Amino acid sequence: MTAELLIEQLLNGLQFGFMLFLMSAGLTLIFGVMGLINLAHGSFYMIGAFSAAATFAFFNSFWLSLFASFSCAAVVGVIVEKTIIRKLYNRDHLDQVLVTFALILFFSELIRWIFGAFPLYLDVPKILNGSIEIFGGIYYSKYRLFIIFVGLIIATFLFFLIGKTNLGIQIRAGQYDREMISALGVNISKLYTLLFGIGAALAGLAGALIGTIQSVEVGMGEPILILAFVIIVIGGIGSIKGALIASLLVGLVDTLGRFLIPWVLQTITNPSDAMSIGSAIGSMLIYILMAIILILRPTGLYGKKLS
Amino acid sequence: MISEKNISYISLISLLLIAIFAEYFNEPYLITLLSRIIIFSIAAIGLNLVLGFGNLISFGHAAFFGLGGYISGILAIHAFNSELLISWPFLFSGSNNSLIIWSFTILFCSLLALLLGALCLRTSGVYFIMITLAFAQMLYYFAISWPSYGGEDGFSIYVRSTLFGINTMQGLNFFLICFFWLLIILFTINRVVKSPFGLALRATRFNLTRVKSVGINPFKIQLIAFVLSGAITGIAGSLYVDLNRFVSPSLLSWQMSGEFIVFILIGGLGRIYGPLIGAAFFVTFEQFFGSYTEHWQIFLGIIIISTVLFAKGGIIGFILEYRKNE
Repeated sequence: MTAELLIEQLLNGLQFGFMLFLMSAGLTLIFGVMGLINLAHGSFYMIGAFSAAATFAFFNSFWLSLFASFSCAAVVGVIVEKTIIRKLYNRDHLDQVLVTFALILFFSELIRWIFGAFPLYLDVPKILNGSIEIFGGIYYSKYRLFIIFVGLIIATFLFFLIGKTNLGIQIRAGQYDREMISALGVNISKLYTLLFGIGAALAGLAGALIGTIQSVEVGMGEPILILAFVIIVIGGIGSIKGALIASLLVGLVDTLGRFLIPWVLQTITNPSDAMSIGSAIGSMLIYILMAIILILRPTGLYGKKLS
Repeated sequence: MISEKNISYISLISLLLIAIFAEYFNEPYLITLLSRIIIFSIAAIGLNLVLGFGNLISFGHAAFFGLGGYISGILAIHAFNSELLISWPFLFSGSNNSLIIWSFTILFCSLLALLLGALCLRTSGVYFIMITLAFAQMLYYFAISWPSYGGEDGFSIYVRSTLFGINTMQGLNFFLICFFWLLIILFTINRVVKSPFGLALRATRFNLTRVKSVGINPFKIQLIAFVLSGAITGIAGSLYVDLNRFVSPSLLSWQMSGEFIVFILIGGLGRIYGPLIGAAFFVTFEQFFGSYTEHWQIFLGIIIISTVLFAKGGIIGFILEYRKNE
C-alpha cells in the first residue's frame, strides 16, 4: 500500500462525508424543529438525481441539471409538506413512519413508471473531467474535489443561516418551544414549509452530485437515508454541528474501513479470504461505531439529554 | 353483534376452509398464498407484541425474520449436501428435521434479540426507531457481502424440512403446519398479554415513571418482550424459507420491516388478531392489483397514507366502530 492510495481514500471518505452531510443536515433540522421522522428524505435524493438526469438528457448541460436537481426536489418537498406532512406534526412517531414509508413506495414506483427500471447516467462536465495534482505528485479527481468544495460551501452557508440570521433564530427557537414562537408572531406553518423545502433541496442536490459518480436508479435513496439516520443518531438529533462531525466520521470510517480491513487481514490470511471477510466486516463497521457511541452517549455526541 | 373475538374466529375458520376448498378444487397456488398470509401474520404478531402492546417501534424486525430464514436455510443446505457445518466441539452437518431447525431458530433469534434489545432499549422514541433500523441494515449488508451463502443472490434449498414423516412438499400439509404454529402463537400471545407481565408491558406504554414507582423494572419487561417478539418473528422467517425453498438477503431488507408494521397498522394496532387481518389484506391486495399493473405499490402507498390520516384503528377498528354506530 502506498501513501498516495491512502490519501486518495482519505479524500474519498471526506467527499462521501460531505454528501452525507447534505442528506443528514435536512433530516436533523426537520426532526429537531418539527419533531418529524421523515423516511421519505431518500425519495427527495432520488427525485433530485432523476430530474438532473432528465434535464441533462434534454439540454446536455451539467450546470442546468444541477440547478434542476435542487429546485425540483424543493418543489416536490413543498407540495408534499403542504398536502400530507403537515397533518403529521401532531401525530405520534408510528404514524409518521408509516406515512413516510408509504411516500417512498409511492415515489419509487412513480419514478419507475415514468423513467423505466433501467439506470440512467450523468456525465461529468469537461471542466471537471480528469484529475488534478494536489501536492507532491499526488493526483485526485477534479469532480470529487468539486463535491468536497460544494459540501464545504453548503456547510458554511448552513452554519451562517442557523447561527447568524433571523431565520436561524426562529429555527433554533422552534426546537425549544413551538407554541411560544408562534405566540410571538412567527408564522410557524410557513417556517415549517420553508425548512422542509430546504431539506428536500439539499437532498436533491446530493442526489445529483452522487448520481454523476454512480448511476441514477430507483431505490438509490434508501441506503444513503439509512446512513443519514446512523449519522443523526451519532451526532445527536437536531444538531447541525453533530450532523457535520458525524457525517465526516461516518464517511471516513466507512471508506477507510472497507479499504484498510482487507489489507490488514491479508497479513494473517490468504488474499481471497481477506477480501471477503474484510469487506463483510468493513460494511458493518459504521454500525459497530454507532453501537459504541450509543453505549457511551445514548443521545449522541451533541444531542440533548433525554427527559 | 360482531365483537373482536368473533372477527378473529371467523378469519381463522375461513382461512382453514378456503385452504381445504383450494385443495379440493386443486388450486395449489391459492394454498401457497394462504401459507404466505399466515407466515407474514406470525412475523407481524411477533412485532405487534413490542409495537402494539409496548409501544416500542422496532423498524428492524426483518433482522429476526432474516436470521430465522438464514439459519433454516443453512442447516437445510448442509444436510442436503452432507457438508460439515461445524467440526468443533462436535461434528455437525446441519439437519433437515423441522424440530431441530425450529429449536436453532428460536435459540439464535432470542440471543440476537437479547443483544439488540439490550443495546437499543438504552434509547427511546425516535432513536429507538432509527437504531433498530440501522442494526437490521447491518445484518443485511453483512448477508450481501458474505459470499459463503450466496451473497447478494441468496441460495436455494431443494426440499422442505421434514416433520414426523409428513409430506411437507404437499401444499395443504405445509399450510396446516403453518396454521398450527399460528394457533400456538396466538394462544401464547393471548395468555402473555393478559398475564401480569403483559399488564406491566402495556403499562410501560403509558407512563414509565409510574411503572417504576410500583417497583417494576421497565427495562427488564421490555427486554423480555423484545426477546419473545424476536423469537416469534424468527419462526416466521424459518417457515417462509421453507415455503419458498429459497433464502435471500431481501428477507433482511428494511422494506420487510416496513411491511410488518404496515400489516399491524392495516389490521389494527395493539389487537391480537390485527396482524392476521392486515397480512390477509396485504397479500390479497398485492395479488389483485398486481394482476392489473406492475405499479401496484403506488396504490398501496395511497391506501396506507389514507388509512393513517383518516382511518385510525385499521380494519378491525373500522368494523367495530361501524357496528357501534348502527
